[in-house]
Amino acid sequence: MIEFADVHVSFGEREVLRGVTATLSEHRVGVIGANGSGKSTLARLVNGLALPTSGTVTVLGLDTRRQGAKIRRGVGFLFTDPDAQIVMPTVAEDVAFSLRRKGLAREEVERRVREVLDRYGLTGHADHPAHHLSGGQKQLLALCSVMVLEPDILVMDEPTTLLDLRHSRQVAELLRGMPQQVLVVSHDLPLLTDFDRVLVIDQGRIVADGGPDEAIGHYRKMMA
Amino acid sequence: MTGMDILTGAYVHGSSPLHRLPPAAKLGLLALACTGLVLLGSPLALAGAAVVVAGLYAVSRVGVAAAWAQIRPVRWFAVALFAMQWAFVGLEGAVSTTLRVVLAVALAGLVTLTTRTSDMMAALERLLSPARFVGLDPFRLSLLLSLTIRSVPVVAALATRVREAQRARGVERSLRAFAVPLVVSSLRHADALGEALSARGLDD
Repeated sequence: MIEFADVHVSFGEREVLRGVTATLSEHRVGVIGANGSGKSTLARLVNGLALPTSGTVTVLGLDTRRQGAKIRRGVGFLFTDPDAQIVMPTVAEDVAFSLRRKGLAREEVERRVREVLDRYGLTGHADHPAHHLSGGQKQLLALCSVMVLEPDILVMDEPTTLLDLRHSRQVAELLRGMPQQVLVVSHDLPLLTDFDRVLVIDQGRIVADGGPDEAIGHYRKMMA
Repeated sequence: MTGMDILTGAYVHGSSPLHRLPPAAKLGLLALACTGLVLLGSPLALAGAAVVVAGLYAVSRVGVAAAWAQIRPVRWFAVALFAMQWAFVGLEGAVSTTLRVVLAVALAGLVTLTTRTSDMMAALERLLSPARFVGLDPFRLSLLLSLTIRSVPVVAALATRVREAQRARGVERSLRAFAVPLVVSSLRHADALGEALSARGLDD
């Protein structure tokens, strides 16, 4: 459950979000809007990477302003550029890195890494240098590194922007099968067509909120 | 295997005795071996050491290409060193000094080839644990090492991108047109990486 209560965010003089209020409990929630509309800031609020200037953001019952570190343990975040998320030289090591501070036994870490790489089709690349992967494979690796932590909520900021059609479809398919609540910020409208709820953000405000047909229709009219 | 792979910790999967040796022991033995190389005076003794190093590579079964890839990046440096030493201290000194440097690089490369970065990080974390007493976090210190290694291919990719953009705009020879966007994109990458580390819960 994600709750925004009269959230304002300003960077200096520029107000990026203006009084956003919403309670998100659906399984898959999409956020769309023009460039600079404030949708990425909205996503960053969910795990405390950005903090509200006023108002409150409550995630899993915790206030992001006071319990950011605790929230980040339960909220996975996938960025647009996978290169910025890969820390270790090889695929398996990068996934295992996420578990470093869990205090798990080596065998348990290896088991979890194997399991997640298998789930996302990267088993054959386990010992490969991460920088040798294609853009799509890197994004899958970044997803593995987040999902190995079994987060309660997954936030994705434009996860398909750098992907080809095949990998975009693969991400869409994976999203359908995820048990977690998923919040996806995207310009990829086909990705959101079977989501449970879509928010449209314009100039820092929610201007449409509902099923994908209605919200995407509103967005298309707005951008015409 | 490319030069980039050496820098990015190109671990070669294997089950040789060297692969199985704990990373801390390998680091300790590397320090001892390098000290030994300094103490060995004659070219003949160093030639013997070279045979031992070659034997260690054979035992590790990492392959000739991986072995050569360790030496290749320092080949021109070795040639220049040899020439300088020959000119100033004579042939025997030149052979000894050059062999010492090349063998030390080869041994360090062997440790890299037979040790996963994550295992090396874990070993460093344990070795650096006394740093806690002066307020330093050993995990962060070993993470720093890993990020340094990881940054090499990332900055190289950014440089390629900037160079291509320069070529497309016909300003290939401008150092400023190369350096400014490279520094800006590297700083942006560093920001994004910091945010990604926070998102992975590593800022606790």
